[in-house]
Amino acid sequence: MSSLIAWIMRAIPFGTIIMYGAMGETITEKSGNLNLGVPGIMYLGGFAGFASAYFYENNVANPNPVLSVIIALVCALVASALGGLIYAFLTISLRANQNVTGLALTTFGMGVANFFGVFILDGATYSAAPIANKAFAAKIPVLSQMGVLGQTVFSYGFLAYAAIVLAIVLHWFFNCTRAGLNLRAVGENPATADAAGINVTKYKYLATCIGAAICGVGGLYYVLDYNQGIWATTGQIEALGWLALALVIFTTWKPLNAIWGAYLFGILYWLYQFLPSLLGITVSSAMTDLVQMVPYVVTILVLIAVSMRRKKEDQPPAHLGLAYFREER
Amino acid sequence: MAAQTTHMAEPLVRIARREAAPLSRKIAVRAAAILLALVVDALFIFFVTGLNPINVYVVMWGGTFSTTVRFSWAMRDLATLLCIGIALAPAFKMRFWNIGAEGQVLVGGLATALIMVYFGNSLPAPALFVAMVVGSLAAGALWGFVPAWFKSRWNTNETLFTLMMNYVATSIVACATNIMRGQASSLGTLNKATKAGWLPILFGQRYTINIIVVLALTFAMYAYLKYSKHGYEIAVVGESENTARYAGINVRRVMVRTMIISGAICGLTGFLIVAGKDQTISTTSAGGNGFTAIIVAWLAKFNTFYMALISFLLVFLERGASEIASAYSLNEYAADIITGIILFFILGSEFFINYRLIWRGHHKEVKGE
Repeated sequence: MSSLIAWIMRAIPFGTIIMYGAMGETITEKSGNLNLGVPGIMYLGGFAGFASAYFYENNVANPNPVLSVIIALVCALVASALGGLIYAFLTISLRANQNVTGLALTTFGMGVANFFGVFILDGATYSAAPIANKAFAAKIPVLSQMGVLGQTVFSYGFLAYAAIVLAIVLHWFFNCTRAGLNLRAVGENPATADAAGINVTKYKYLATCIGAAICGVGGLYYVLDYNQGIWATTGQIEALGWLALALVIFTTWKPLNAIWGAYLFGILYWLYQFLPSLLGITVSSAMTDLVQMVPYVVTILVLIAVSMRRKKEDQPPAHLGLAYFREER
Repeated sequence: MAAQTTHMAEPLVRIARREAAPLSRKIAVRAAAILLALVVDALFIFFVTGLNPINVYVVMWGGTFSTTVRFSWAMRDLATLLCIGIALAPAFKMRFWNIGAEGQVLVGGLATALIMVYFGNSLPAPALFVAMVVGSLAAGALWGFVPAWFKSRWNTNETLFTLMMNYVATSIVACATNIMRGQASSLGTLNKATKAGWLPILFGQRYTINIIVVLALTFAMYAYLKYSKHGYEIAVVGESENTARYAGINVRRVMVRTMIISGAICGLTGFLIVAGKDQTISTTSAGGNGFTAIIVAWLAKFNTFYMALISFLLVFLERGASEIASAYSLNEYAADIITGIILFFILGSEFFINYRLIWRGHHKEVKGE
């Protein structure tokens, strides 16, 4: 029982990271832009959030936790939105290929975060922002004390709950607001959307930049909450970024599915550590390596199932990955 | 004046497609892009580190050209990157987004390594090499075949499918190396004592065979795409699947066949990495080259000779940046930033090759009066 609780308590924060990444990418993809730069953007957001909190803590006499949360959030949002802006400018205005631009952005984002990260580390193996971490990881005061329920449901930082709220808001946005419906029209058929008077370029730009900003929050959550506010030169954010892209497919581009899908991915990701102890068996370390592919295999199966069933509402946006040139209709 | 008021609604700038820009323009635009990127990189270097960018670039140059050993390393890296680019060319020309090169290289390398370890002592050298090559080709081909088959049958999104296949490959390699290393902390060099399955040293250089193989592939793939019937079919499918169907081309077969070729060459790259370069295998054996090669193949517009040039530029940057890193005690991630900026500029510059801007009032009348 205790290892099941530990498993859930590990899976939900993990899921929250990729849930932000997936929700951001869903917004971007709804506009028809397939941004493979998610890992790079998550790096940018995570690093900007950490660096700003770190400098704030170390240069102010009495750092205020609330202020440090705000500073970190704003910096993460701005940095990752700027990353999205590079992608948007190249693919929308300069009509560069989306896949290639996204991959270049991943290289760039990883480079920027790790390059400046080394300056902050300054020779140490890691550096920490404890005050920001405490603020980001603060549990819900009374509720988290309520036994098993408190541990598994109420013992996470506020961003974990914000992610759920955001998923619901996005669901409402995509289905019930004019702007959301317009955005989907842009992703499905930009020529028709253009003819209907929707400003395709504006929607694509906004969706890409806002989507990137939300991806960046995933990186921020990883560093300042999941990773205990510690920055070390690590490659794990990259793997998480790709997993977020997988989650977008898994959810079939529906934010509400991201809630349970993300937690399921978290459960699957930590399967290798908790399942053996839960079943009371020992598994060789070679097998645990193999089990780590499960989230990706599940994603492939979903991808295949979706394409075989051909249900209209489960398909990717029809114009996903294609640029729109008004002059070339 | 009346004419001017009717022109008021004209936008400030219009964009028109440029049909077949002359070669001189292509070269000029790309050179300008790289130059601009270097200026931006120089500003970045100066403001972040306070170093003189010119000196930094000189050190960077030395990363590839200072000694023959360095140059041979650069050639080795170039061969690896270019080989994957060559593998991707037919797939991309078919507009099949094979993002899975990293995984295809890994499984090819793994097949090579397994054969090296388990048959290294029992097979004679020629048979061993044949087995390694065939094994790597087959493993890579399988990794290319799976997403292609699903795409050809159910139109399953290949970008995402091939991307996911990378991670399946990574965990299989992790599992296999874990078994092979046994109790040791890492796998280490394979067949260290017997050197069975190591590509021999030719002309006093360790990487000669890698370079020769990739050079041959460069010519072969160029000819395959340009002069063979297969190459023509690939081009037609890439332009329009409907046209291809109308012309009697079996789109499904072309798609699967091309991806088998693409995956097999990626697998062969894995063979070259394991047998000719590292003599070991790990989850990072492909080292991100599978992703970089996508950029190479796309920028070169599937021309393998341009690919060689672009690969060289990227390898030069990479080696140069690690040279800067050790000379100025910076870190190697500088390479990623510098490369990223240059890629952004090259990607953006394509626009000025393919399109022209027509400013308000500056347009030439196309129709006769």
